[in-house]
Amino acid sequence: MIMLKVLGAQIKEFKKDSILTPVFMILEVIMEMIIPLLMASIIDDGVNAGNLNHIYKVGGVMIVMALIGLWAGLMGAKFGARASTGFARNLRKAMYENIQTFSFSNIDKYSTSSLITRLTTDVTNMQNSYQMVLRMAMRAPASMITAMVMAFSINARLASIYLVAVIFLAICISFILPRANTYFRQVFEKYDDLNASVQENVSAIRVVKAYVREDYEKDKFAKANQNIYNMFLKAEKLVVINMPLMQATVYSCILLISWLGAKTIVAGGLTTGEMMSLLTYCMNILMSLMMVSMIIVMLSMSYASAKRIAEVLTERTDLSNPENPAEDVRDGSIVFHNVSFSYNKDSKPVLNNINLDIKSGETIGIIGGTGSAKSSLVNLISRLYDVTSGELLVGGLDVRKYDMEALRNQVAVVLQKNVLFSGTILENLRWGNKEASEEECIRACKLACADEFIQKMPDKYNTYIEQGGTNVSGGQKQRLCIARTLLKKPRILILDDSTSAVDTATDAKIRKAFAEEIPDTTKLIIAQRVSSVQNADRIIVMDNGIVTAFGTHDELLKTSPIYSEVYESQTGGNADFDQNGGDN
Amino acid sequence: MPGPGHPMRGPRGAKPKIENPGKLFRRLMGYVLKNYTPHVIIVVICIFVGVFANIQGTLFMQTLIDSYIVPLLGIENPDFSGLAHAIFRVACFYAIGVLSSYLYNRIMINVSQGTMRNIRSEMFNKMESLPIKYFDTHPHGDIMSRYTNDIDTLRQMISQSMPQCLNSAITIVSVLISMIVLSVPLTITTLVMVSIMLFITKKATGLSGKYFVAQQKSIGAVNGFVEEMIEGQKVVKVFCHEQESMERFNELNEELFESAYNANQFANMLGPINSQLGNLSYVMCAIVGGMLALGNIGGLTLGGLASFLSFNKSFNMPINQVSMQFNSIVMALAGADRIFKMLDEEPEADNGYVSLVNAEEVNGELKETQKHTGMWAWKHYHKDSDTTTYQRLEGGVVFDDVDFGYTDEKIVLHNIKMFAEPGQKIAFVGSTGAGKTTITNLINRFYDIQDGKIRYDNINVNKIKKADLRRSLGIVLQDTHLFTATVMENIRYGKLDATDAEVIAAAKLANAHEFIEKLPDGYNTLLTGDGANLSQGQRQLLAIARAAIADPPALILDEATSSIDTRTEKIVQDGMDKLMKGRTTFVIAHRLSTVKNSDCIMVLEQGRIIERGTHDELIEAQGKYYQLYTGNAIAAN
Repeated sequence: MIMLKVLGAQIKEFKKDSILTPVFMILEVIMEMIIPLLMASIIDDGVNAGNLNHIYKVGGVMIVMALIGLWAGLMGAKFGARASTGFARNLRKAMYENIQTFSFSNIDKYSTSSLITRLTTDVTNMQNSYQMVLRMAMRAPASMITAMVMAFSINARLASIYLVAVIFLAICISFILPRANTYFRQVFEKYDDLNASVQENVSAIRVVKAYVREDYEKDKFAKANQNIYNMFLKAEKLVVINMPLMQATVYSCILLISWLGAKTIVAGGLTTGEMMSLLTYCMNILMSLMMVSMIIVMLSMSYASAKRIAEVLTERTDLSNPENPAEDVRDGSIVFHNVSFSYNKDSKPVLNNINLDIKSGETIGIIGGTGSAKSSLVNLISRLYDVTSGELLVGGLDVRKYDMEALRNQVAVVLQKNVLFSGTILENLRWGNKEASEEECIRACKLACADEFIQKMPDKYNTYIEQGGTNVSGGQKQRLCIARTLLKKPRILILDDSTSAVDTATDAKIRKAFAEEIPDTTKLIIAQRVSSVQNADRIIVMDNGIVTAFGTHDELLKTSPIYSEVYESQTGGNADFDQNGGDN
Repeated sequence: MPGPGHPMRGPRGAKPKIENPGKLFRRLMGYVLKNYTPHVIIVVICIFVGVFANIQGTLFMQTLIDSYIVPLLGIENPDFSGLAHAIFRVACFYAIGVLSSYLYNRIMINVSQGTMRNIRSEMFNKMESLPIKYFDTHPHGDIMSRYTNDIDTLRQMISQSMPQCLNSAITIVSVLISMIVLSVPLTITTLVMVSIMLFITKKATGLSGKYFVAQQKSIGAVNGFVEEMIEGQKVVKVFCHEQESMERFNELNEELFESAYNANQFANMLGPINSQLGNLSYVMCAIVGGMLALGNIGGLTLGGLASFLSFNKSFNMPINQVSMQFNSIVMALAGADRIFKMLDEEPEADNGYVSLVNAEEVNGELKETQKHTGMWAWKHYHKDSDTTTYQRLEGGVVFDDVDFGYTDEKIVLHNIKMFAEPGQKIAFVGSTGAGKTTITNLINRFYDIQDGKIRYDNINVNKIKKADLRRSLGIVLQDTHLFTATVMENIRYGKLDATDAEVIAAAKLANAHEFIEKLPDGYNTLLTGDGANLSQGQRQLLAIARAAIADPPALILDEATSSIDTRTEKIVQDGMDKLMKGRTTFVIAHRLSTVKNSDCIMVLEQGRIIERGTHDELIEAQGKYYQLYTGNAIAAN
């Protein structure tokens, strides 16, 4: 119910259309249902009575009815389309707007692909369901009820046959459909599994071929395939009863009406025309019933979509701006004071009691194994997540007291999983600063060692970057991302493993440029390579969510066993023979 | 009725263009008939019987009114026994009709699901036999959509569209005949109305089709935008770009609303147009029929008129159905076209005749045996002398002036010469794109070379059966791929008949045993989504174990470049070292330790070997390798 309310709130300006659609649909149905009644009049008072005039007159009325029905139908088509597509538009808009307010932890909760599905497929499902509800879900029962009323008005005794038939069919359908539904759900699950395994084969085809496992895979597939065949058979065997059942019911009604009708006519209780109308209504009533059952099935299918959409719409961001937020970050100093952090209230903390004091303008290296919470540590600084306990000061003020946009513009992060967007290089760079001149962009690129490869591209800074940055190499992408961030001219610059695909030489050049060109900016550099951090002013060694050591390279070599182990392994016989020079 | 999970595909979207639909259709029917000819014959008969029974029922209306109601009117104590008899007769027809309808629907399940199963299997079997090149040149999403979308539309067509079209066609013809028999003038009235209806429907479909194309475009634009932006949502946040992103989205969303509104509006109109014009046709017939019956022209009786009006209703319905099904048939044929294209792909060529057999040494001579001796030999049949020789599998590889390109026009490897004695370790170093991985893909014939020769144990690899060649070569790829199965089964993939103890031994050799033991269900832990529940390093360890259990004499290793933390890396490294021991190994190296103790190092640049030698030799030469090693490499190119 809450779900319906959340979704319903998005109908907004299409309320009028949403109300008019069923109104017109019902009007159409009524027109349609009056026609057989008039037909009886043509037969009885026209043909049987030998009154040609009556035929013309009633015939004329029928034509008008059909035309009104046509008009109402077209109107219903129009308003229905408007209401449903408008509703879909509003849903998309509301979801998208809400997603923009999501914090990192909100985003983490949903996978990217699931958010995309919600915005696309699920909305389309809702659009179709809503249109069906407005048009068919009103029309079908209305048609059934009107036909039933008409039938009863002709002859209640004969019409009661339909009532029995409807109840009989409804019971049968309600017996068959839920069972078939369960079977189908099982089949489609298996079906998805089968497709997943095909997918697996496609992406791992080299493994399959390298191990000569083609026949093994074929056997595996054939078995799963046969299994699905059997399950489909089981499910469809059940559904297939529907059609003949419906036919049998219709036929039985026709025969019963013919038998009893003929007797009643002869006895004078019914006219021939009326009996013909009754037979026409038979089709209408039972077809509508079938329609209703189909609508129920389809609506139940879109329930999952509705739920997923409502989930996004009701998700509330867990970060908000304070009252009277500070707009200016005074300097680039960072202080962690007893900071602990966990991604969920219930899960165990990933950062434990962190205390750090970083001066403005310092270059800090951060090193540690995967899962040691390096990224978590730096993500707190620009308030991408909130600390669970303790406090974190930037420029001498708690990060929670800043305006979030102002903070993030002055504490710039180059994310580990970074993306470029489709557009020219310049457009991408200007994400950092909308007003940046071309000269400024070029300067940033020079700093990030990106200018050298951009100049070699045919269209230089106007080179078009494909979606996902597929037409530049990993190292080039990283350098563009760094340049983009530099354009923000931040007080604090955080590089989260942002040069992993850049070769060592270029990596060194970038660091040198930073030291010379932006000396006042506080720089935090997360890296796997010791060479990337060893010249930093100080180095943080993380392990398992705690800072195990914090000092200069020389100090750490003496005091930190973890650091010296990493250093040894990378510079001794196990040095990283990195080979990404071809990126340029 | 479509099963749940498959929302009805309306007559939506632009009609895809397909060449030669007739040929496609015949081929598709061939698939159906191959296994289900008797079924199809029964189905066709059932459809005929069903239609016939239905028409009998409608015609009964005439008999009912003309023979049993009108004559009995006003008679006291009317005799209904004739009527009872007639009703019983019709009831029988109806029963047969219902039965045949059930029968044909029931049989169609087997036909359509069976055909789908066969096509799926054939597709998969074909896919497994295709060369790697096919997977390089076809987006994986495209390949997948053949198994999902295309198969689904095909199922829809075989199970619903085709029988319905047949049913409708038979109904149309037989109803038309019955109508003509009942009354020619009324038939003409009906046909005139039907042509008007078809004309208007065609116009509306055309209009809606135009708008559907526009809608499809807008959907594409919105989806593309959403995918890109949601993918980069965190970046949007970091750059405070929410407002701009929203503005652009709203523009696209508005466009989609416009086109979707128009498209749906016209598609929705088809329903009322058809049903109300159908009503109009019914009314026209009633008026004309009333006039005819009244003037007693053309022998139209009241009962005849009643029957005719029923026919009029049942004439409009199949015509609408045919026009609707036509669209989905066109769509299904487009899907069939894509499926057949894949089925028609050339499989990987294999003209090899040298095979790998178990061998044992008897009196200093190699003999073929059925036993697992752990010793393997190449069985080489010489046609000219009609003799078979055996040669021990050792793992020596020679490249003799090899040129290779993924296409003939663009050669990416030039004049590659190298030799690896059994047990030697050859390392490849060089920039990304220099051709390291490509070389290793040639040894096991993932690709065929343009020029030159590759010899394995002195046999041209083209002469060796591909399966045997690959079985003799272990490979650990840079990107680890695991299958949805338990850890145990994943390792066993390297040797299907391996015992649990063998699997554990291999895991121990690869240093994987320790972490596997810590998994919730140990070796029985189920891996899903390409091992998504494991870390990068752990997945690599499993891949190493998988290669270890196969115990091949030669090995191709592609070291992972991705950053795994130093400790795991050490473990992986160690596992790889153990695996390499005593085997001919080709390794694409990223780490100095791997390179240093190689027997030969090949430095590649732009598809050519520019330096070769041992570590010491190359350092002395002070060339490219020296630059790379000392870290003074100026960015290449």
